[in-house]
Amino acid sequence: MSPRAASRLESLGFERVYDYVAGKADWAAFGLAIEGRWHSGTRVGAHAHTRVPGCGPSDRLQEVRERVRASGWDTCFVTDERGVVLGRLGRAALARDDDVPVAEAMMLGPSTVRPSFRLDQAVKRMRSQNLSTLPVTRSDGVLVGIIRREDAERALASL
Amino acid sequence: MPVPVDRNEVRTLLEQEGAQLVEVLPQAEYEDEHLPGAINIPLKTLDAESARRLERERPVIVYCHDYQ
Repeated sequence: MSPRAASRLESLGFERVYDYVAGKADWAAFGLAIEGRWHSGTRVGAHAHTRVPGCGPSDRLQEVRERVRASGWDTCFVTDERGVVLGRLGRAALARDDDVPVAEAMMLGPSTVRPSFRLDQAVKRMRSQNLSTLPVTRSDGVLVGIIRREDAERALASL
Repeated sequence: MPVPVDRNEVRTLLEQEGAQLVEVLPQAEYEDEHLPGAINIPLKTLDAESARRLERERPVIVYCHDYQ
């Protein structure tokens, strides 16, 4: 649709016309602000905890386990040097008493949602799948943070 | 020819050149969500009259939902 609009504007004499072909889906999925009925405050990105434990795939599990425990979280995201999510250490992995590289203990390809995912849909998913948290990643795979079910429910009730 | 731009180029055009953002989807979709500062001129109503809302001296960026 936007290419036709851009061409029409040119035919009307506008000389500097640009077409953002990826559109608002791309904009919102990257975690950028949006306005309207479903503004940014109604999306998970605005309610995600951004200071969550992280580690690299070659880190040692023992060191990571201690750091995660000290932080008060029970999960840790494994990312590459760009912050792209590679895996997740859940409760079971963090409960192991051996000291292997994180890559050997992590769960690969954890399910994530975009910052633009609607809060009401996130709550619905967490309830139906009995999830306490959902990881949030941008469209380029970079970790944004974690949305907690209790926080999402509270935020949804206040909208 | 209209120039295709990506997200970063959109941000640069907005910040450095005062570009105007135009969502060309129907009004209901615009009211649901739109980029900050965007105005709505649905494609079906985009003609010389509605285009008067735009300043010709400034760049214009049009967008819809995605590649469709």
